[in-house]
Amino acid sequence: MARDAIRFWRNGQPIEVTGFHPRTTLLDYLRLQERRVGTKEGCAEGDCGACTVALGRVRDGRVRYEPVNACILLLGQVDGAEVVTVEDLAAGGELHPVQSAMVAHHGSQCGFCTPGIVMSLFTLYHEARPLSRERVNDALAGNLCRCTGYRPIVDAALDACSGAAQDAFAQAGEATARALAELADGEDVMIGNEARFFAAPASEASLAALYERHPGATLVAGCTDVGLWITKGMAELEKIIWLGRVAGLDRIEDANDALTIGATVTHADAYMRLAAIDPDLGELMRRFGSAQVRASGTVGGNIANGSPIGDLAPALIVLGSTLELRQGERTRVLPLEEFFIAYRKQDRLPGEFVRSVTVPRLKGNVAFRAYKVSKRFDEDISAVMGAFKLTLEGRRIAEARVAFGGMAGIPKRAPATEAALVGLSLDDPSAWDRATAAIARDYQPLDDLRASAAYRTTVARNLVFKALSETASGETGATRVIGRREALEAAE
Amino acid sequence: MNAPTKPIDTETLRHVRQPLPHDSGPKHVQGVAQYIDDIREPEGTLHIAIGQAPKARGRLISLDVSAVRSMPGVVAVLTVADIPGKNDVSPAFGDDPLFVDSEISFLGQAVFAVVATSRDIARRAVKNAVMEIESETPSITVEDALARGETVLPDYAYGRGDVEAAVAGAPRRLEGRFRVGGQEHFYLEGQVAFAIPGEDGDIHVYSSTQHPSEVQHVVARVLDIPDSYVTCETRRMGGGFGGKESQATQWAVTASLAARVTGRPCKIRLDRDDDFILTGKRHDFRCDWRVGFDHDGRIQGYGVDLLARCGYSADLSAGVVDRAMFHADNAYWMPTVHIASKRLKTNTVSNTAFRGFGGPQGMLAIEHVMDQIAWATGRDPLDVRYVNFYRPGENVTPYGMEVEETDTLHNLVRILEETSDYRARREEIAGFNAASPIMKRGIALTPVKFGISFTLTHMNQAGALVHVYQDGSVHLNHGGTEMGQGLYVKVAQVVAEEFGIAMERVRITATTTAKVPNTSPTAASSGSDLNGMAAKIAAGAIKRRMTAHAAEIYGVPEDQIAFRDDRVFIGNESIPFDELAKKCILARVQLSEAGHYKTPKITWDRAKGTGRPFFYFAYGAACSEVIVDTLTGENRVLRTDILHDVGRSINPAIDIGQIEGGFVQGMGWLTTEELVFSKEGHLLTHAPSTYKIPVASDVPADLRVALYPNANREDTIYRSKAVGEPPIMLANSVFCALADAIHALDPSKPVPLDAPATPEAVLRACEFLRGRPMG
Repeated sequence: MARDAIRFWRNGQPIEVTGFHPRTTLLDYLRLQERRVGTKEGCAEGDCGACTVALGRVRDGRVRYEPVNACILLLGQVDGAEVVTVEDLAAGGELHPVQSAMVAHHGSQCGFCTPGIVMSLFTLYHEARPLSRERVNDALAGNLCRCTGYRPIVDAALDACSGAAQDAFAQAGEATARALAELADGEDVMIGNEARFFAAPASEASLAALYERHPGATLVAGCTDVGLWITKGMAELEKIIWLGRVAGLDRIEDANDALTIGATVTHADAYMRLAAIDPDLGELMRRFGSAQVRASGTVGGNIANGSPIGDLAPALIVLGSTLELRQGERTRVLPLEEFFIAYRKQDRLPGEFVRSVTVPRLKGNVAFRAYKVSKRFDEDISAVMGAFKLTLEGRRIAEARVAFGGMAGIPKRAPATEAALVGLSLDDPSAWDRATAAIARDYQPLDDLRASAAYRTTVARNLVFKALSETASGETGATRVIGRREALEAAE
Repeated sequence: MNAPTKPIDTETLRHVRQPLPHDSGPKHVQGVAQYIDDIREPEGTLHIAIGQAPKARGRLISLDVSAVRSMPGVVAVLTVADIPGKNDVSPAFGDDPLFVDSEISFLGQAVFAVVATSRDIARRAVKNAVMEIESETPSITVEDALARGETVLPDYAYGRGDVEAAVAGAPRRLEGRFRVGGQEHFYLEGQVAFAIPGEDGDIHVYSSTQHPSEVQHVVARVLDIPDSYVTCETRRMGGGFGGKESQATQWAVTASLAARVTGRPCKIRLDRDDDFILTGKRHDFRCDWRVGFDHDGRIQGYGVDLLARCGYSADLSAGVVDRAMFHADNAYWMPTVHIASKRLKTNTVSNTAFRGFGGPQGMLAIEHVMDQIAWATGRDPLDVRYVNFYRPGENVTPYGMEVEETDTLHNLVRILEETSDYRARREEIAGFNAASPIMKRGIALTPVKFGISFTLTHMNQAGALVHVYQDGSVHLNHGGTEMGQGLYVKVAQVVAEEFGIAMERVRITATTTAKVPNTSPTAASSGSDLNGMAAKIAAGAIKRRMTAHAAEIYGVPEDQIAFRDDRVFIGNESIPFDELAKKCILARVQLSEAGHYKTPKITWDRAKGTGRPFFYFAYGAACSEVIVDTLTGENRVLRTDILHDVGRSINPAIDIGQIEGGFVQGMGWLTTEELVFSKEGHLLTHAPSTYKIPVASDVPADLRVALYPNANREDTIYRSKAVGEPPIMLANSVFCALADAIHALDPSKPVPLDAPATPEAVLRACEFLRGRPMG
């Protein structure tokens, strides 16, 4: 029998909730049911961070706190986690260290973003890693503040989050870990009935069977995209299957020749593994969404929802990644680029789900480059996302794989450019025009709110030039504003 | 000319000048500061969603809301037929309907409202309405409006001399067209109001507004009840920035009308997308300019046509565009000048106040022209600015006001030039650029001179209400609203200082029209100047009565009585403050006072285009350095140095917060914040996923902010200067630095860069300079 309630840990107590509508968000639960209104709604789409709360889950035997956007997180997704909100931090009339630092540094003005910022800093406080201004900026990329200009907030973070965590949560760590372990019962969860449900299967077999029975159900991994269907699209989602409890789908296989990422591995967990393949891939992950989005969103979900930009997809395509899908008992493997058919249309059968993506490592004399070009560096969807894998024979390009996002209805290879690149000498820039000019044959991008078609084509062309320049010189210091490979490699 | 400043601060101050934290800081960080949506709702509270016009221009032929009404949970559907009074929520000109009657003026305009038992139900129900619309081609752009010749208000111009002759006769001439983008406020707390009906038709409305008095007045107008039946209360806003000056009203009125119709408490909180679509923004401008100058770059004649896109109604565009005109000179003397303006009507949401109120747009245009002159003459852009600065004898603005503080402008810029190491860095940057074909760096130092006062003279007044209780605690109330800028703590500092008591004794209370009536909006940077003075006047009056009473009972002359350290010193003795309060009450001395303040000296004759619209000017300057990737247009601000004049600060921590926050907000306006409308009038950048305000990493890693030590020569509250708006324009340095970096690609060409300088705009300019225009 499946469990018919979700269970989570809150203020040192187990909480059981049942009978909720499948699309209930954590934020609505907190504000309307619990009536704890410290957590704010700023945008209801996971971009401003005012609703940030911390979820504690056991990783490697310890409780790890991660920030999430409560506005687009389904209530059901907190099953098995500890939920920490801004009201929980001060104890016995004493402010938490991140709270007192925020006051002392004048880190709040209107105060509306502040609860979310405090919670992001709470998770940073518990990371207990060496801090730099850049690291704080990354931790805050998903928290918009319109008043302060951030400087005092960053100062507060550097002040409060540099040492080892010593707050009540750290002290209760072992007890919390035990409590969370007890909640992890390995049972399927099914709240509702056949017509309307929130389900969280615990095994792949349960998932396959359930999804085959309800091919119209909505699969949710991190809910960072589906959340907006609910809050903005007012979608009447009646059947939701959350993948977060499926055993094994969160597995990462770090083999010698390839990295295999299970469908529910979050961006946060994949980040360092992908960064180990190439620094540019790591930089792409650093700029992917925000800390909140990376903590919830998954690599599998980002691929499966078929975004035309899909920041990660072009990079994974040029690396030659493959996708494994499962429907009922049947599984199949296909090259990632073949998964994307047309705008928002993927090669995924009814009842079929993504199991994993496998990313081959770079071998031999190859140059990999990935460029995300967006209006704002952090927490923005790219206008153009370009990725290159150039295989070299000496100073000559022997093979080229090039893919772009934002240039067509799907992430797409650039065959004309690839052909034009083959045979080029890195020492003869005068001949590079052949390759840069080929972009116009590969893509006819559209004007939209992020960029004009002319900008996209020009940038794509210039990125070909940039990839060639960087490959030729082996340096990125003279070609990049941020994300210089030399600095990324030194930081490793 | 420059009278020596009077000595100030002769007495030791205990609270004023201290960097006290925001009074709500500890509440903010614990999530217990209450915003309107956090107020515990009485049982039966209803929720509202707005039914929006799906076309930008046309006539509403029919509206069928039967499918809306029939949805379970829907309690009422409000249309124009439900309005007892006037269908008008405008601040002045009568052209903002609460609901569309027949004419549709922009896409998204409110046609009806659904009142339901939950916000979710209301938002879902709203989609079920059927509207029949006879639509027309909308005007979206400045050019559309010019072609139709439609404006929301008459054109206006003033100037000095024959500018066309002066330009024509100058040794050098330039002309151009410069576009300045708009800006969404993106206050983190969206528009929200909560109305509770009382007896006899009373309404108590909580509104996230910068202008409670206007909300009160307009609720009364629409409901057809006296103003005295309506109370508007505002404890705090989660940000305002001008976006809640006039445009919070409509939502407060909607909630009040729903409360009236249903007899139940009613709340409206706009979804972020709806907030973007339904509320106005900073005006975007097209600036058509021409300038004549000598070989040193000294301006002989400047003419500019400021073409403002106002949206569908006048709203505050009269004042906004006037203020753009008032700042078209910025810090520069123009012997011959003509400043003209058009307030263009488009079928887009009505643009409104936004920090700077038009000033930034007018000012950016002349800064762009300074750069153009520098590129044409080959001189350093800072030197071109210097030769044009107002100076003694050349210090009358185009609107006839004398600039009395030219020394502040010169000294401040000179100091910043030194402390930022501008000259040496410019040289170093030139060396870098010569060796770097792709990455280019740029630097710019730009000044700000911003006029302080509402240009509608009657608005320069404020009230405060102060009570002293028998235990020596003090109730403080004033007409100013708190939107995060720290007004409440600053005014409390003034009152605590006046009584010589600890800050903890002063209870800051929510702004309400029932305590202080007929107030002006908290806007125009005037909050502390006006309300601080009104509160000081009120506290001072009580203190004088307490002093007189102490003098009487102790037989000590009044000049030997002092209030400090929570005590009253009477000759050689002292008693606790609360003891004197008790004695006053027993002796029937009034310990309550309503203070009122009005700004002196200001006059403005709009018809003649002359006067002294501003009590004083606030000054500042910023030096920014940027790096640009000329292959993609991506860029970063590497360092910014700011020196800003807040007079003698009441609270330096709060003031620095305003400076830094304003600068970063201005940086967003000029770089990543881009409003994109479709031809049909859809706002395509309608949420933070598509509209990009600065995040932490966009702030210059090296940000150096200092206050310029300078007492206000005018008699303002503790000789401070207003600080809310001026820092926005410090970000002009970022825009000009970007242009400077691009210019390094080909110093023989001017840089065709409009604002905002998005990566696309930057790349477009780069490719132009490279001689391969982007198309």
